Amino acid sequence: REHWLRKAELISSVPQFCNSPTMIVMVGLPARGKTYISKKLTRYLNWIGVPTKMFNVGQYRREAVKIYKNFEFFKPDNEEAMRIRKACAAAALKDVAAYFSKEQGQVAVFDATNTTRERRTVILSYAKERGYKVFFVESICDDPEIIAENIKQVKFGSPDYVDRNVDEAMEDFVQRIDCYRASYMPIDDEKDRKLSYIKIFDVGSRYLVNRVQDHIQSRIVYYLMNIHVTPRSIYLSRHGESELNLSGRIGGDSGLSPRGQKYANALAAFIHGQNIRELKVWTSHMKRTIQTAEALGVQYEQWKALNEIDAGVCEELTYEEIQQNLPQEFALRDQDKYRYRYPKGESYEDLVHRLEPVIMELERQENVLVICHQAVFRCLLAYFLDKPADELPYLRCPLHTVLKLTPIAYGCKVESFFLNIEAVNTHRERPVNVDVNRNPEDALQTVPDHI
Amino acid sequence: MLDNDEFMLETSPRELTQNPLRKIWMPCKNGHIAQRRVCMTNCPTLIVTVGLPARGKTYISKKLTRYLNWIGVPTREFNVGQYRRECLKIYKSFEFFRPDNEEGLKIRRQCALAALNDVRQYLSVEGGQVAVFDATNTTRERRGTIIKFAEQNGFKVFFVESVCEDPDVIAQNIVQVKLDSPDYTHCNTEEVIEDFMKRIKCYESSYQPLDEVLDRDLSYIKIMDVGCRYLVNRVLDHIQSRIVYYLMNIHITPRSIYLCRHGESDLNIKGRIGGDSGLSARGKEFAKSLRKFIQDQNIKDLKVWTSQMKRTIQTAECLGVPYEQWKSLNEIDAGVCEEMMYEEIQEHYPLEFALRDQDKYRYRYPKGESYEDLVQRLEPVIMELERQENILVVCHQAVMRCLLAYFLDKTADELPYLKCPLHTVLKLTPMAYGCKVESVYLGVDSVNTQRDRPEIM
Repeated sequence: REHWLRKAELISSVPQFCNSPTMIVMVGLPARGKTYISKKLTRYLNWIGVPTKMFNVGQYRREAVKIYKNFEFFKPDNEEAMRIRKACAAAALKDVAAYFSKEQGQVAVFDATNTTRERRTVILSYAKERGYKVFFVESICDDPEIIAENIKQVKFGSPDYVDRNVDEAMEDFVQRIDCYRASYMPIDDEKDRKLSYIKIFDVGSRYLVNRVQDHIQSRIVYYLMNIHVTPRSIYLSRHGESELNLSGRIGGDSGLSPRGQKYANALAAFIHGQNIRELKVWTSHMKRTIQTAEALGVQYEQWKALNEIDAGVCEELTYEEIQQNLPQEFALRDQDKYRYRYPKGESYEDLVHRLEPVIMELERQENVLVICHQAVFRCLLAYFLDKPADELPYLRCPLHTVLKLTPIAYGCKVESFFLNIEAVNTHRERPVNVDVNRNPEDALQTVPDHI
Repeated sequence: MLDNDEFMLETSPRELTQNPLRKIWMPCKNGHIAQRRVCMTNCPTLIVTVGLPARGKTYISKKLTRYLNWIGVPTREFNVGQYRRECLKIYKSFEFFRPDNEEGLKIRRQCALAALNDVRQYLSVEGGQVAVFDATNTTRERRGTIIKFAEQNGFKVFFVESVCEDPDVIAQNIVQVKLDSPDYTHCNTEEVIEDFMKRIKCYESSYQPLDEVLDRDLSYIKIMDVGCRYLVNRVLDHIQSRIVYYLMNIHITPRSIYLCRHGESDLNIKGRIGGDSGLSARGKEFAKSLRKFIQDQNIKDLKVWTSQMKRTIQTAECLGVPYEQWKSLNEIDAGVCEEMMYEEIQEHYPLEFALRDQDKYRYRYPKGESYEDLVQRLEPVIMELERQENILVVCHQAVMRCLLAYFLDKTADELPYLKCPLHTVLKLTPMAYGCKVESVYLGVDSVNTQRDRPEIM
């Protein structure tokens, strides 16, 4: 029974660090990257297992004021609008409280300008009353080029400007920013010295960090200090088809099959054709990824953290053998593939935990090609594409296909390249029957073909 | 990285061979292994401390050096004060540091240059990756000299400035580390404090802190008020990012870290390694004794951590307090040797057994881990230990050796042979520049699981 308990979802495989819920409060003029940071941070925290939700006050405003006319709405003397904006902020705060108390949220990212001391005081009181910790993230930037680029990247596509052409949108938005400027009170190093915050200057060239209270704030600061906005692409690929792939066996440390070797060569040609500036190449410590990288003829770095999920006692078995020898384990895995840990092995949840330093370094890097494994690929992809834990273990990551991820606006553009070398299919869908007493046929229903 | 001109489609790929000790796959041609250096830093880095005396520069330097070495980045500190002591032999008084003492200034400048020379030797010749240049470096001029030196030698520079105006903190520093300084062996407490305060004064008038505008192109972290606030400018690369993260997580609040292994387990009694067995009867006795010991220690807000293996959890259960399970604290994975006795390993895997004794730190069990791997997976645990205050970690032999090596600055060579017997609690209390260690054997018998380095290899 204890054996079950440890592998069941009762205990998370990573320590729980949050006691009180935390509100992350953005501060800054429009077009300073607040929403970009909010979305990215939310995505990262959810991926590492901290339930996080973003609350964008602009969204609330759009729901309240169906049609956006122009910047005049934001004029400081527009009393009607002021009332609406205050009400929207209050509604968002209420939803934050509901998220914490009813949905077991741990972190709420409150995305708005919050440029006045008065507004921030309201938030602080609200949080104090309810026992939430508050951490401010202020983005300060006066570089007109960066601001113009921001406006182009994310404001032109905004629902506010759906009927405007590019020049009209730009002109209106610039005046919108001006509406905030007069009343903008940045966080003050003296007056606000008791608050917990990070000030980000000029898209990360400088940071001021004050009073980090706990583990989660420390992780948030570390993350924010490692992300950048320099354009680049991340290429993800699995190793070429391996000998064990061919026989339908999981795990192990086999070499490439002949087709796998062909893929390695095709990958080399593909990468060469992409003409990538200063590409870094990463592999795991397993033979098949290293063999694949060898074909590229460039330096690569081996990361043990990129090794495939450890299937423990099931290493090198086929699904049929697992069903035969460990039918209960097989069923438990189908019941909760994310949290299920192989006996003497790992779970997807464990994998995410060990991949976190890889993600952190990927954020720091520019152009990178990561040659890895199916489960690892799924975890990395889930991070970049914001996929939740229950989808992650079923993401499709076929052999011999390169994914090119290019960050754009608030998300990631994905281009998929199948390099035209046949390979076995290693994707096993969740079967309909996940009961521990199911018959073998039901269990093996979705196993892909192999030798 | 990928240069079009050099690109060639290999028709026949290089053979891969697996290094038998570390189990790392490497390409080889004609039987020779092609070396590929895999490391996180390209050019060496020079970390330069900045700050008035008694601001914690040496404390930070030593701690940072210890951390970097532990995670595998060869680092050494160079304390200019040491050079001065070797040069001067006898320290008379603060007058040596007066800004108008030309003789003194000359000697101090020479010492700094001598230290820089040794830095160059360490980084360019001896294969060091990080050098910590520990001195006041309070003038822009001195820092300019260092920057030029670094440029000439191809080193990256990262400044760590410690700014503190809290008189209590400064007084505390002086009491903790200056009273015992070789400079003050023949002085009583009052004399030391008086002289040292005057020494600080000598630097104050010429102190030019790193300036947000003038120094905006430099890479640095300014630590203010013992870690309440930080200003971080232009972090250039991975190692600087890790250094900043580390510096932002350490604190100096007094506290103790208790380390112990799980109580004796059933597999321990059988002489088998690894596995996931429960406590033996004596192991359960130990857990009860541990409970009493902890209660008697009367520790404020004690946190308790265990691994996710039955034996540590059973041990913690006995304490009757909440505890947190970390998979990262699991014992080293012995791969194919799990649950074997050493005699069986010798019988079935004699080569592996011998390789392990050749380099126990880097040796990786087939389908398992090495101590080196263990350190990497324990790094987040260490980071969180730095953030925490009073804490008890119930873990395993190899894990405890890694943690102990971090706190006591043991080398990779010594680490796998550190003595961590069962039923013994180590109480570590940070003090001055190091760690006080108290070893408490809780009086419950157990087997001995220590296997010392064999004499003949």
